[in-house]
Amino acid sequence: MVGVSREPVDPRVGLTPDDVRRRRSRSIAIAVALGVLVVLFYAVTVVKLGPQILNRPM
Amino acid sequence: MTTAPTSSIKETARPDALTAQSGASNGDVSDYIALLKPRVMSLVVFTALVGMVVAHANVHPVIAIASLLMIAVGAGASGCLNMWWDADIDARMTRTARRPIPAGRIAPDEALSFGLTLSVGSVLVLGLAANWFAAAFLAFTIVFYVAVYTMGLKRSTPQNIVIGGAAGAFPPMIGQAAVSGAVGLETLVLFLIIFLWTPPHFWALALVKADDYARAGVPMLPNVAGPDATRRQILLYTALLAPCGLAPAFLGFGGLAYAVVATLGGASMTALAIQVFRRRAGEPAIRAAQHLFGFSILYLFLLFAVLLAEHGLGLWRPVAGWWA
Repeated sequence: MVGVSREPVDPRVGLTPDDVRRRRSRSIAIAVALGVLVVLFYAVTVVKLGPQILNRPM
Repeated sequence: MTTAPTSSIKETARPDALTAQSGASNGDVSDYIALLKPRVMSLVVFTALVGMVVAHANVHPVIAIASLLMIAVGAGASGCLNMWWDADIDARMTRTARRPIPAGRIAPDEALSFGLTLSVGSVLVLGLAANWFAAAFLAFTIVFYVAVYTMGLKRSTPQNIVIGGAAGAFPPMIGQAAVSGAVGLETLVLFLIIFLWTPPHFWALALVKADDYARAGVPMLPNVAGPDATRRQILLYTALLAPCGLAPAFLGFGGLAYAVVATLGGASMTALAIQVFRRRAGEPAIRAAQHLFGFSILYLFLLFAVLLAEHGLGLWRPVAGWWA
């Protein structure tokens, strides 16, 4: 792999302020999507299990 | 020598060549949303919601909302995979050249990963939240749209949007399947309406954008069979669509308001299709095609909006039929 540097670098090297802003907005969007999934799974679990949700014999 | 930037697109590149380019994208959140084709998604959500409402199934609202969300995500995933595969075509068409992949804002392989992840995720969550029949139906629709239409039909036959249009017509059936576990006559009729609506809608656009499609090498009907043959086909499909649009009223699940809207809308669609058929040259021909294209969107929206109002808001008043 001639000419391709794989040395670890500071991830911010070479990023313009606009690049950083976009990366931040993408991170926020991923966080929001994960939050929505958590709420969705919680709500669907409660609805599907109903009153039996706490009835778990040891 | 270093390799070229990951997001550059060669005009003649095929999608499989594009996927060889790898690396991180630097797109904005809006670019990822654009990959999901939000306008198509909104139409899918709308028609799937109507499919759920006409089913009158006894389902918890949380399950219905989760199902609708997953149908939307599945539709978005299809759009994303479509943009991944068609990036070379999109780069050559003025209408699509600014999409995230041809514009170089998102790398093709990242779009592929995004689309595949959302496809699998939407199907699995729909299966867990609603039922596996609806999930299988959603998976089939995604595969049909991506593998059959996008990868197969679109570049090989002028009948591409006729057969491929089925993918866009499935959402009401998936919606009904999600809330009831089965598919009924109601959503089968809604499928037929969207299926018959698709050719006049897209061929009206293709008449206006024929040069664009020709430049991209997409064998749309006006480029292969000619504008006159396309106008005949538009008239034929509209003649089938107008009575089919009335079927919900005859079958009874479309009420009085629906019957009125479907009659007036169908008559207007037919009149506009006749204008397209008669005006064959110059600016009047382009305007006629634009009018049909624009009205076709309103027509389909009105049919489904009235059904939604009749069943969702209790405005249904009987006309005829066995359904009640």
